[in-house]
Amino acid sequence: MIARDFNEWEKPLRELEEGLAKLRDRIDKERDAASKQEAEKALEELTRRRDNIVAATYSNLSPWENVLVSRAPSRPYALDYISTIFGTFVELQGDRRFGADHAIVGGATSLDGTPVMVVGHQKGRNIQERQLRNFGYARPEGYRKAIRLFDMAERFRMPVITFVDTPGADAGVEAESRGISEAIAASIAKMFELTVPVVSVIIGEGGSGGAIGIAASNRVLMLEHSIYSVIAPEGCAAILWRKPEMGPQAAQALRLTAESAKELGLIEEIIPEPTGGAHRDPVAAAAAVKFALVNHLGQLAKMKPDAVRDSRYDRFRRIGIYS
Amino acid sequence: MSAPKSTGDGAFLQCSNCKKILFTAEFEQLLHVCPHCGFHHRISAQTRIEITFDPGSFEEHDKDLRSGNPLDFPDYTEKREAAEQKTGGFDSVISGIAAIEGRPVSVAVTDFSFMGGSMGSVAGEKITRTLERALERKIPAIIVCASGGARMQEGLLSLMQMAKTTAAAERCARHGVPYFAVFTDPTMAGVLASYASVADVILAEPKVMVGFAGLRVSKQAGVSKVPDDFQTAEFALAHGMIDRVAPRKELRPILATLVKLFGGHLAPAKVKK
Repeated sequence: MIARDFNEWEKPLRELEEGLAKLRDRIDKERDAASKQEAEKALEELTRRRDNIVAATYSNLSPWENVLVSRAPSRPYALDYISTIFGTFVELQGDRRFGADHAIVGGATSLDGTPVMVVGHQKGRNIQERQLRNFGYARPEGYRKAIRLFDMAERFRMPVITFVDTPGADAGVEAESRGISEAIAASIAKMFELTVPVVSVIIGEGGSGGAIGIAASNRVLMLEHSIYSVIAPEGCAAILWRKPEMGPQAAQALRLTAESAKELGLIEEIIPEPTGGAHRDPVAAAAAVKFALVNHLGQLAKMKPDAVRDSRYDRFRRIGIYS
Repeated sequence: MSAPKSTGDGAFLQCSNCKKILFTAEFEQLLHVCPHCGFHHRISAQTRIEITFDPGSFEEHDKDLRSGNPLDFPDYTEKREAAEQKTGGFDSVISGIAAIEGRPVSVAVTDFSFMGGSMGSVAGEKITRTLERALERKIPAIIVCASGGARMQEGLLSLMQMAKTTAAAERCARHGVPYFAVFTDPTMAGVLASYASVADVILAEPKVMVGFAGLRVSKQAGVSKVPDDFQTAEFALAHGMIDRVAPRKELRPILATLVKLFGGHLAPAKVKK
């Protein structure tokens, strides 16, 4: 039976973690040397068991399990990476047209001292923040803010980094009224105008149009357990089979894992996650992302502005399989 | 909305919208618009080409491009082959060079009857080449859209066509090559959120569906109450997303005028025959 929910699926691991915490607590309080030693031995044993289970589970995830991990509420979000990887982050808000969208964040910061522009989808962890972030479903204003920041990046010669993590763009009546489709299309078009390098990292959910709206980049990297898909597996199942509960089958068919994207030649690199997923060690995950960003931006920095733009065109121009 | 039903010997049809009886010959003369209710019935890509461009001017390019089943997606090969049988084409987009009132244009027309006009590798490639041909020959581009969106069966490859086609449109824009889009029923999702929405001028036929997410996907995402005209051409017009809703018979003259007004500064490149 495939788990439908990340919490359900991680439950045995969480129980082990709780057992470990209790043991550590007991060791701290234990006065008797022999008992302490015994508890330490048990801790070692349990830790090994936990590590084995984590490694075994995460080295062999099904596409659907990968979907669950990519959406896990404990997974690091864009702002977690931003605060770990970069220098002082100056958040820039508003599209200067209609409003402020918080499902896309952006601003100026520095990467190892070099000024860069960062744009990313942002989800929330508690109820209030989830509502503020609209559960990561960006509205037209989010994409129009992104366009504004891309324009600034071009004018001030700042490389652009985007973090992709959205279930999809907002499909509600208000988003439609303000042109969500146009906003996404215009953002993609803007990215192809840029002569500064652009690198995107899919950190969680790369959900269809909402994702590509900020991922028309020179290099696209995916975290090991992130997904990138033309449609949410549940949506695909609803349309094709009229059964949204067939998400696991759709996840398999859509080939939405990082591994599949790499095999199809659609991404440049898979960034390995710490054993057991980025949420088990966000600092190590951020370090891996930073390493990859520095590497790719370093390569792109050697190119002339026009070549940066032309090579971005060529990167996407090649995509498609037909005879 | 389904096509009008043929009754008896084919001399009469029944409008699938108002259910009234139509003369087949009159219906064809009216460009498949119901004389009673004004409903614009879907037409084939071939018919669209005939009623939009100068007679005999269309020269098809990239006719033989054909998708495989790159993801081994269940039932895709069968569905695609059935669509090939039905339409006589290899994919949902027909593209080439045509003329409108004597002026050359690079054109692409979508055939909704081919897997809902969905955009996979081939449709994306043909749209891109249409825009690139316009740029290369310095002639305007006209794209007639009719699509449910990206083709799910080609997964991420389809999503990437959104970027590829939009990139080509951006190049046209940057080099002063005009690009006009016509939204026909339906213009949705991955097509609307990419090349369709970045056209310089956007026309739409009356009452056609224009929107981001199909209703089944919207419902999945929790959208329930919607206005009556939600996701129609009229809604898009009222919200500033398109330039004009025009009846089918007016499209050709409007496009001809646009080509004249916006294409005047271009000196068409010499084309090798």
